[in-house]
Amino acid sequence: MKKEWPLWEVFIRGQHGLNHRHVGSLHAPDAEMAIKNARDVYTRRKEGVSIWVVPSAQITASDPGSKDALFEPSVDKIYRHPSFYNIPDDVGKM
Amino acid sequence: MYAQMVKTDTTKVRDLSEMSAQERAFQERIDRGEKIEPTDWMPDGYRKTLIRQIGQHAHSEIVGQLPEGNWITRAPTLERKAILLAKVQDEAGHGLYLYCAAETLGVSRDELIELLHAGKMKYSSIFNYPTLTWADIGAVGWLVDGAAIMNQVPLQRTSFGPYSRAMIRICKEESFHQRQGYDIMMKMAGGNEAQRRMAQDALDRFWYPSLMMFGPSDKESVHSAQSMAWKIKINTNDELRQKFVDQTVPQAQYLGLTVPDEHLKWNEDKGSYDFSEPDWNEFFEVLKGNGPCNRERMEARVKAWEDGEWVRDALMAHADKREASRTAAE
Repeated sequence: MKKEWPLWEVFIRGQHGLNHRHVGSLHAPDAEMAIKNARDVYTRRKEGVSIWVVPSAQITASDPGSKDALFEPSVDKIYRHPSFYNIPDDVGKM
Repeated sequence: MYAQMVKTDTTKVRDLSEMSAQERAFQERIDRGEKIEPTDWMPDGYRKTLIRQIGQHAHSEIVGQLPEGNWITRAPTLERKAILLAKVQDEAGHGLYLYCAAETLGVSRDELIELLHAGKMKYSSIFNYPTLTWADIGAVGWLVDGAAIMNQVPLQRTSFGPYSRAMIRICKEESFHQRQGYDIMMKMAGGNEAQRRMAQDALDRFWYPSLMMFGPSDKESVHSAQSMAWKIKINTNDELRQKFVDQTVPQAQYLGLTVPDEHLKWNEDKGSYDFSEPDWNEFFEVLKGNGPCNRERMEARVKAWEDGEWVRDALMAHADKREASRTAAE
């Protein structure tokens, strides 16, 4: 029998209530082992309080070739940023 | 370094005008400091060279567990044992980060491991030297991890995203390794006469093999020039070796130990040390498989892989069976 353990993507949430964040991947036979391995590989120094694992094959990614077209709509909308608006210093901190 | 003498398949580094439009766009991205991600277009040579380099780096982390593992059961105190265990476990983790980075380039971890076991891929020459005394564990952490850090810190800026991210993680953890080694050396060098002699002996045996880790001078190497153009190598071997010597000599002096090089001398003009080259014939012999521990290391790796095969297969079979019954129940 020659079947390599499938690949899993690992997401960890740190201490301070932030989002789960992708930290890397690992091989494991199933989800339960993937969690255990992720504990050993990615949280040896208290990096997290919660782990998600997802089979790598289940990830759908945007096409790098159409990156420009995909993100173009947000390029010219600078009014979505607070620095677009000039508020006089006299108004105080806003 | 952890990756030594990595070949690029290049015979001449071409400038932008000699490249195809696609290659030129790729090189310009690297020149601008952009990261290349696995799904981006990349020249075949870049991909192949990175697989060799990251693979060799990963193998070094894994094989590097063996000389230190040798002392886990014989560490002098429970605290030292716990520390050494944690360090060796880190090395396993570093190997895994790197195998994962290599896998994004379209090679599987099992393939890489099989290439190593077939003698078709290398690991760093340094791990073919024996760890004979407890002081050697100090010298390995101080010198070997110190030399590794020299190379890995600049590699955090490498052009390939997954490799860069693995390096950032590894560097964060690596400084504990060097410090625990130096801590052992301080204890030994400040101990009784026998302990001091062991510390000096460990430095004597590990000094030149550590200098060899950077590889022979590559000023003239087309492979290094190509790797530097691709930003998968950041400094020349000589630059890193010089930096390592300049950093390490004062640390040896602090320990009251003597670097085993009668030509070692501070050079005021260049603001760094002059030092003797290691014996490069010995280096090439070790690379060919004729170092003191090459056979032992490979036997230990192959045995671990073969002995673990039934466990890997059984876990996979169990997972497949559970998945099948789950699907049937739906």
